[in-house]
Amino acid sequence: MIWNETKECMSRDEMTHLQNERLKTMLARVYQNVPFYRRKMQEIGIEPGDVKGISDLPHLPFTTKQDLRDNYPFGLFAVPKSQVVRVHASTGTTGKPTVVGYTPKDIQIFAEVVARALYSAGATNEDIIQVAYGYGLFTGGLGLHYGAERIGAAVVPISGGNTEKQVQLLEDFGSTVLACTPSYAAYIAETLEKNKIDPASLPLRTGIFGAEPWTEEMRLRIEKGLAISAFDIYGLSEIIGPGVSASCSAQDGLHIAEDHFIPEIIDSDTLQPLPAGSTGELVFTAVTKEAMPLLRYRTRDLSKLNPEICSCGRTSIRMARVFGRSDDMLIIRGVNVFPSQIEAVLMDIPEAKPHYMLIIDRQGTLDTLEIQLELEERFFSDELAEMEQIQRKIQHKIENVLGLSVILKLVEHNTLKRSEGKAERVIDRRRS
Amino acid sequence: MIISQLSVFVQNESGRLVNVTGILEKAGINITALSLAETGEYGVLRMIVSDIEAAAAALRDANYIVKLTEVNCIVTPDVPGALNSCLEKLAEAGINLAYMYGYSSDQQARLVLKTSAAERTEEVLADCTTG
Repeated sequence: MIWNETKECMSRDEMTHLQNERLKTMLARVYQNVPFYRRKMQEIGIEPGDVKGISDLPHLPFTTKQDLRDNYPFGLFAVPKSQVVRVHASTGTTGKPTVVGYTPKDIQIFAEVVARALYSAGATNEDIIQVAYGYGLFTGGLGLHYGAERIGAAVVPISGGNTEKQVQLLEDFGSTVLACTPSYAAYIAETLEKNKIDPASLPLRTGIFGAEPWTEEMRLRIEKGLAISAFDIYGLSEIIGPGVSASCSAQDGLHIAEDHFIPEIIDSDTLQPLPAGSTGELVFTAVTKEAMPLLRYRTRDLSKLNPEICSCGRTSIRMARVFGRSDDMLIIRGVNVFPSQIEAVLMDIPEAKPHYMLIIDRQGTLDTLEIQLELEERFFSDELAEMEQIQRKIQHKIENVLGLSVILKLVEHNTLKRSEGKAERVIDRRRS
Repeated sequence: MIISQLSVFVQNESGRLVNVTGILEKAGINITALSLAETGEYGVLRMIVSDIEAAAAALRDANYIVKLTEVNCIVTPDVPGALNSCLEKLAEAGINLAYMYGYSSDQQARLVLKTSAAERTEEVLADCTTG
């Protein structure tokens, strides 16, 4: 089902026309109202009137996370504070958080794009949607909440954590849709297993997961563990929050709400746009946002764009599932490693539980990568030879993919921290 | 005779083993025999206990992974050559011995054997068992 056929199934010409108009309006607005953008455009000698449409995007300045920090907290707002009805902020593990604002219309757009994502995952007003994303400064909880209300579904606003309660409500309320991070979904699946609840006996049928990079292998694992169909929702608070894009029944990329967020893929080094199909850094321009419309925001997320029309009927451009943030890339003994590459291998190994921790250290001048894993109980053997065989098998699979020798450490159950929100799976001791 | 053995996965770090024995103590479980096989990083603790189902449940509750396996328990006279003759019989029968552990007291030796074929081991060792 398609929530907004007019916008999601536009012809390419109509979409380009709409984007051109919206971009021009947005530029005029930020030039007038945001000193930061006016200065940036003056520096390169461009006035809003010079821009004819999206084909001129490559000439326009970028916005980075650092720009948001430099203008902390409200410096990039394009409206008076009296028009702002909500703020959200990033978790900000390093330095100051990045703050974003919303006008009533922004909140409506937010609900609209999440409604599209929910319909795209097959949810309707018949559903009970358990929102297990955190509510608060993080956009996940409230974002899914407003979108779920928009489609008329019943919302269970349980927020993240309290996993036994999550399971109880899945049983008692018969929630049909679960929205949370993939790592938390994996933990909930594990908790069902521990409590001897057959996931197939629950009314739960759909999951909408996002807010952290994950892999197709993890998606399949969660589908099995919860007996559901799992969908991907992507977003970032700087642009609006979840709902920037979402996957559909074709499970072949995420449809971008490009009437609101114009995507580009650029080369992170040269900053030049890359042609459709190339992998690079995702850049979005939020053309309809009122409170904080960002121009060419560099997400640091790596993806690629697919303009082909999807079998689901939507014409909107699709982005590939984000396999990592450029900041997540680890350089180990000169080899580039994304945690998601390791996850893809691990999720395909039935002996391993879907939790892992990567510990990078330096011994002398040599970097080491230790992967900590928990073994599924049914594969545990009283014979060491069999245990060592399992360990070697996993180790070889990872080493083949990475082209790097690793230390594989099997650890006791529950020693790896279970994620109730965004999982933290990397400890780099070389930095300390 | 064929008996059930409880195996537990433990990390090879200080305090891990005492954690397991502490759980068993709380559950009122007596350990009759035990062996710990270890690598540098983890160990497999194998035990014959007074109530295997209760022991397994208590450990699983505490998030340990456990396994119940059938093993052979034989009792031989505590004299030179007794073990050797048992092992010779297994070798002749082509039965592979994965591991064994045991103890002797009161002129008797009690051995726990994990082989590739528990039933067959019983038959082959029927006449070396005195117990």
